[in-house]
Amino acid sequence: MYHKSKGYKLFSIFNHILLILVALTCLLPLLHLFAQSFSSKAAVNGNLVSFWPVEFTADAYEKTFKNSNFTGSMLISIVRTVLGTLIGMFVITTAGYALSKDFRGRNALMWIFVFTMLFSGGLIPSYILVTSLGMKDTIWALVLPGAFGAYNLILIMNFFKTIPKALEEAAFIDGASFFGIFVKIFLPLSLPGLATVGLFIMVGHWNSWFDGILYMSNTTNYPLASFLQTVVVQSSAQSMALSQSEAAALSEQSIKAAQIFISTLPIILVYPFLQRYFVKGIVLGAVKE
Amino acid sequence: MNRVKPEKIHGTRKKPWKKELRHNWPLYVLCLPALIFVLIFAYGPMAGLVMAFQNYKPWQGITGSEWIGLDNFARIFQYEESTQAIMNTLIIAVIKIVVGIIVPIIMAILLSEIRNVGLKKSIQTLVYLPHFLSWVTVAGIMIDILGLDGGINHFLFSVFGTKPVFFLGDPAYFRPTVIISDLWKNFGFGMIVYLATITGIDPSYYEAAEIDGATRRQQIRHVTLPSMLPMIIVISTLSLGSVLDAGFDQIFNLYNPLVYSTGDIIDTYVYRSSLLNGQYGFGTAVGLFKSGISFILIVISYRIAYKLANYKIF
Repeated sequence: MYHKSKGYKLFSIFNHILLILVALTCLLPLLHLFAQSFSSKAAVNGNLVSFWPVEFTADAYEKTFKNSNFTGSMLISIVRTVLGTLIGMFVITTAGYALSKDFRGRNALMWIFVFTMLFSGGLIPSYILVTSLGMKDTIWALVLPGAFGAYNLILIMNFFKTIPKALEEAAFIDGASFFGIFVKIFLPLSLPGLATVGLFIMVGHWNSWFDGILYMSNTTNYPLASFLQTVVVQSSAQSMALSQSEAAALSEQSIKAAQIFISTLPIILVYPFLQRYFVKGIVLGAVKE
Repeated sequence: MNRVKPEKIHGTRKKPWKKELRHNWPLYVLCLPALIFVLIFAYGPMAGLVMAFQNYKPWQGITGSEWIGLDNFARIFQYEESTQAIMNTLIIAVIKIVVGIIVPIIMAILLSEIRNVGLKKSIQTLVYLPHFLSWVTVAGIMIDILGLDGGINHFLFSVFGTKPVFFLGDPAYFRPTVIISDLWKNFGFGMIVYLATITGIDPSYYEAAEIDGATRRQQIRHVTLPSMLPMIIVISTLSLGSVLDAGFDQIFNLYNPLVYSTGDIIDTYVYRSSLLNGQYGFGTAVGLFKSGISFILIVISYRIAYKLANYKIF
């Protein structure tokens, strides 16, 4: 048995250490952020904070939640994520169910959908389209253009395909309708698939920052990720048309850390529960047959 | 049983349309929402691609703007900035792809050697996590820790005594920084399918190898790797389609004028030249150039994946 060989034992010890270290590097940046957000301004500016709060204070959170720009953006992000996920799931599950069946024109429809994965109009034509539809500065510019995703469609369709046909035929004989079968049999049985795609869509909306910057001419309409992009990355508090004191407050590293940390919190909270689903979902989507 | 009855529900092909619609109309209705979205938001912008052949002026619109043929495309190769962006894109994307295939394979094999289920699951949970963080978040952290007096430089100084490195502002260091941070964010996610493949290997292969006296390393080489090969081929060939995708989200959040020479990619260049500088027609042409080449590459890569590993898109 290889377990007993000396060389393998040595490798095994190194392997454990290596992988634990690698896993830790995935956690440490978030811990660092967490520690900074609960540390005093002086400690953060003096580079004294590593992975544990120094001179513990919740000051940064108090300031963050008192900042109406932040809370307003957070609200927009919540609305956008809920609305976007609902619309996205509706569009993808309905089409996914239909396309998991064999019917005339199915292949043609499938190609119409898949082609969007291969070729796109690009940034400028999309921007002009959204603008000319009058969606600029509305939540619809953030929710509608990305509502359909071909990759998610294929994932869901493959999930639906794994449901035994006999189940469906039995329901048909009992007099169930297409829609009844879809809602009462397929959706409940595809929960792992729905959770996977739901997580992808949710995270996508929550993290999406570029469309906010593109389509919102007023910074007060920014979703949280766009707000953070301007505050944290561009660091150009001036461009946000803030007063001098507000700008100074935003540039504090502990406050930035608090803001980033709050913005990642929903993902950190939802992710562990959906993780076991998405592994299954991805494997099914990639491997197939 | 001498005659097969036409199936009552969906499943029979090539029925006359009238009959087909009577039986399967709900399926068409269910496709409608997605179809509408796709036609408007995916195919709609494709119509706007004609701007690439125009000297587009927003106030004149597509119908009123002057047609200039292929001039915009010719300019792509005349401007130093755009040829540089194309080169940067190719270099960054190719290295990202190569590293992004090799590392997940190695990590998946190493992780599969860990027998403690609890530990294995915990490691998996942690390494998948960064994939779900936005580049804004990651860039926010990186700007802080990679700064001249940030954590990494502190560490390097205290251990090796090196001078502070300007990771995000030095053209020489920008690409490695981009590639390593991309790897950090995505290797766990890329590992998922390989791990699943390894888990799916029939244990009797290993048992047989062991009886034949194969060491663990020989087992990995002669059982694990060959079993992973079809998946490796599929993923590698499919990634050919993304050699012009160097990652807009990441670059946009990390770069600055100091590192344009090595870090500016096609997508960021399109953004700057068109939306910021108002060259809509030119920006669209660069975008179309990229989409066109990518499209051809994707089609080729799907063909190869189909030939080599019998992979189908759907």
